[in-house]
Amino acid sequence: MDLIWLIPVLPGLGALVNGLIGIRSFNRQTAALVACAAMAAALGLSLFAFSQLLGLPAEARDHVVNLGYWIPPIPLATAEGIGAFEVPWAFRLDPLSGMMILVVTGIGFLIHVYSTAYMHDEPRGGYARFFCYLNLFCFFMLTLVLGSTFLTMFVGWEGVGLCSYLLIGYWYEKKSASDAGKKAFIVNRIGDWGFVLGVFLVFYTFGSLDFRVVANAAASMPVEAEFGVISLICILLFIGATGKSAQIPLYVWLPDAMEGPTPVSALIHAATMVTAGVYMVGRNAVLFGHAPIVAQVVMIVGALTALMAATIGLVQYDIKRVLAYSTVSQLGYMFLAMGVGAYATAHGWPHIGLAAFAAGAFHLMTHAFFKALLFLGSGSVIHAMAGEQDMRRMGDLRRYMPVTYMTMMIGTLAIAGIFPLAGFFSKDEILFRAFLSNKVIWGFGVVTALMTAFYMFRLMSMTFLGNYRGPAWEHAAPAAAHAAAAHGVAHPGDAPAHGQAHKAQHDVSHGPAGGHGPAHGDTAAHDSHGHGPWHGPHESPRAMTVPLMVLAVGAIVAGFVSIPPALGGGAVLEHFLEPSFIAAESATTATEGAAAQAAEPVAAAEAAEAAHEEPHISHAAELGLMAFSVMIALIGIVTAYRFYVTSPQTADRLKESYSGAHNLLYNKYYVDELYDATFVSGTKKSSVGLWAFDRRVVDGAVNGSGWLTVFMSWVSSLIDRYVVDGAVNLIGRSSEESSFVFRRFQTGLVQNYALLMLAGVCAFVSIYLLVR
Amino acid sequence: MLLSAALFMIGVAGVMLRRNIIVIFMSIELILNAVNINLVAFSYQLQNGIGQVFAIFVIAVAAAEAAVGLGIILAFYRNKETINIDEMNLMRW
Repeated sequence: MDLIWLIPVLPGLGALVNGLIGIRSFNRQTAALVACAAMAAALGLSLFAFSQLLGLPAEARDHVVNLGYWIPPIPLATAEGIGAFEVPWAFRLDPLSGMMILVVTGIGFLIHVYSTAYMHDEPRGGYARFFCYLNLFCFFMLTLVLGSTFLTMFVGWEGVGLCSYLLIGYWYEKKSASDAGKKAFIVNRIGDWGFVLGVFLVFYTFGSLDFRVVANAAASMPVEAEFGVISLICILLFIGATGKSAQIPLYVWLPDAMEGPTPVSALIHAATMVTAGVYMVGRNAVLFGHAPIVAQVVMIVGALTALMAATIGLVQYDIKRVLAYSTVSQLGYMFLAMGVGAYATAHGWPHIGLAAFAAGAFHLMTHAFFKALLFLGSGSVIHAMAGEQDMRRMGDLRRYMPVTYMTMMIGTLAIAGIFPLAGFFSKDEILFRAFLSNKVIWGFGVVTALMTAFYMFRLMSMTFLGNYRGPAWEHAAPAAAHAAAAHGVAHPGDAPAHGQAHKAQHDVSHGPAGGHGPAHGDTAAHDSHGHGPWHGPHESPRAMTVPLMVLAVGAIVAGFVSIPPALGGGAVLEHFLEPSFIAAESATTATEGAAAQAAEPVAAAEAAEAAHEEPHISHAAELGLMAFSVMIALIGIVTAYRFYVTSPQTADRLKESYSGAHNLLYNKYYVDELYDATFVSGTKKSSVGLWAFDRRVVDGAVNGSGWLTVFMSWVSSLIDRYVVDGAVNLIGRSSEESSFVFRRFQTGLVQNYALLMLAGVCAFVSIYLLVR
Repeated sequence: MLLSAALFMIGVAGVMLRRNIIVIFMSIELILNAVNINLVAFSYQLQNGIGQVFAIFVIAVAAAEAAVGLGIILAFYRNKETINIDEMNLMRW
């Protein structure tokens, strides 16, 4: 367990090797091997560390590895006098980070494997660059997760933002992709501003940046009924979380981030990076538990985001955008859970609070599985359709790609919350805790669940069921197409023409613009004849389907780790995660552990007492709620099936009759336009104003002083010319004039001189003689 | 003393009045020798040998002066083909 620092370092090394050497000189296999090996090693280490963590008693599951100082202690002012500002390179393994490293390394490894096939048509250098970025991302993500102080976390926090930018803009030749990258980075930066301020305030308030120290210090402070310093910290941290985790009002970057390659969308914008905000809130559960006002804000923002994103997802046609909005919506769910947890904790309901925090983290984990699965599945579909992303041009793909169909169906059922798949347990846990603490929030959650089921099944119906609506490819008979594609017989296809048509019609296309359509063959089927024209939809190669299957298994079984008591389970994960959400003194050191154990009966008694006051419902009612939510999900599924498979005209009719609402949703509530009109153009206007100010006032001052200098120098030149030079010339002229007179004496005749001398001598002698 | 005074005045008159530079030169020699006579006369009068030493010095310096002066005259003559002092106005302004 002392080797956990190697978990982030290994992918970092992979990135270093691929970045420094690989881009220039590795071939595809070597680059992919380096990256995948680094991830596999990290995964192995994570599993090993996690198993060791499980072997410890529950109180001792908190292991810190300190690699030495990053910033040695510096005296710095805090609220309680001078404190030592020190930041060690320290990594903490506790249940929460343990779960996260498994998610990151596990899903990260699968996505690396998937990418080896998905990115195969990239040029060699680009391929290595892609894996370098992916590895770098994993390095930063693991640093974020394992970091034991706010600042270590911040290193990872910024790093994943950077990698997100790099990977969204991976196809940087394409303007929309590089724009999306910049948008993601800038929007994230607004959130980071909040996070940094929050960290400053944490240090100022508590004199430390270590999560455990801060949690313990905060636990000893009273719950803030009014908006106090902890509330301020929490709201600032939450601003950071809304940026990273795409919540209202900073969610706008995530749908645009779909410009990146699909494995990136799956890894960064669905499974791991965007959950960093949720993780951070969970990590600071004690802080948020002391700020009920912020807890309510978190709860409401989460609920609104969940609902809003789900409604937008209802009408989008781009397969990846539907999934992007679904991600935003599910993240809203997680924040809802975190908010409920903090809210309940602040109201003295520790059981509900802890359970809600755990439910949020649990949903984070299950969501990582099924959303990564869905994204990779959509990548497989896009791959099969040669870059097509518009669901209106798909349909009936079930016949051509059964594995993708089956795995994506599992993912869809999981996210819809159908018993007994993963999503059911986690989502139901959240809804149950929300029901206990706030019925309105619960209502939001249920409506969102209904919509989730609807739009996900709409996606499945439009993509895999119904009739094939995509571009035709040349073939003898439709029945032969599947076989032909599978056998790799060359069709003198019309794909290049289609590629052109798609580019023209879609603002979001997949991959660099040039000649993309024909380029996306898969190696397994197409090696025999090279990358020829498109041969119709086909199943993806094994390197893509195997991760899909593994993730599908994950989406099925991930829920079983925490079966609620009402269904006869032990809520194992929930109890496992609990120590991470409370400020247990016992967790810090072993010696204090004994003392805490002695105090435990008291705490337990208090907890029991508090439990009496907590809202509580019977197992039967809980079961009823579960049945209700499953029913809701089924209603959503059936409606979607009716609308998009059996009678597609119904959907069109509805679209016609509610065209206003449809347009509003289709245009994403015009939020991008609103931001454009307010913030973006506001920034532009104010910068124009500043430019004018700069031009008029600053430049004016500079020019004015320049002009003044010219004037002054003119004046001084006048003085110089007439006064100084005048004086000099006057002396010269006067001596010249006088010399006219005096030079007459200088005759040049020696005898004159001699005569003068004689006259002088005579004069002196006569004066001498006379005076004497 | 009288002899020396007379000699001196003759020398001075020669320097002032003659136009031939050679004659002026000889007049300067007369002045110098008048001084020498004067020095020797005082030496004899005062019974002091230093006066005679001075006279010897003056003779030596006069010899040097005569050499330099004759050199100048030669150089001048080569350039101007004349030894008339009125033509010598190079030091004029």
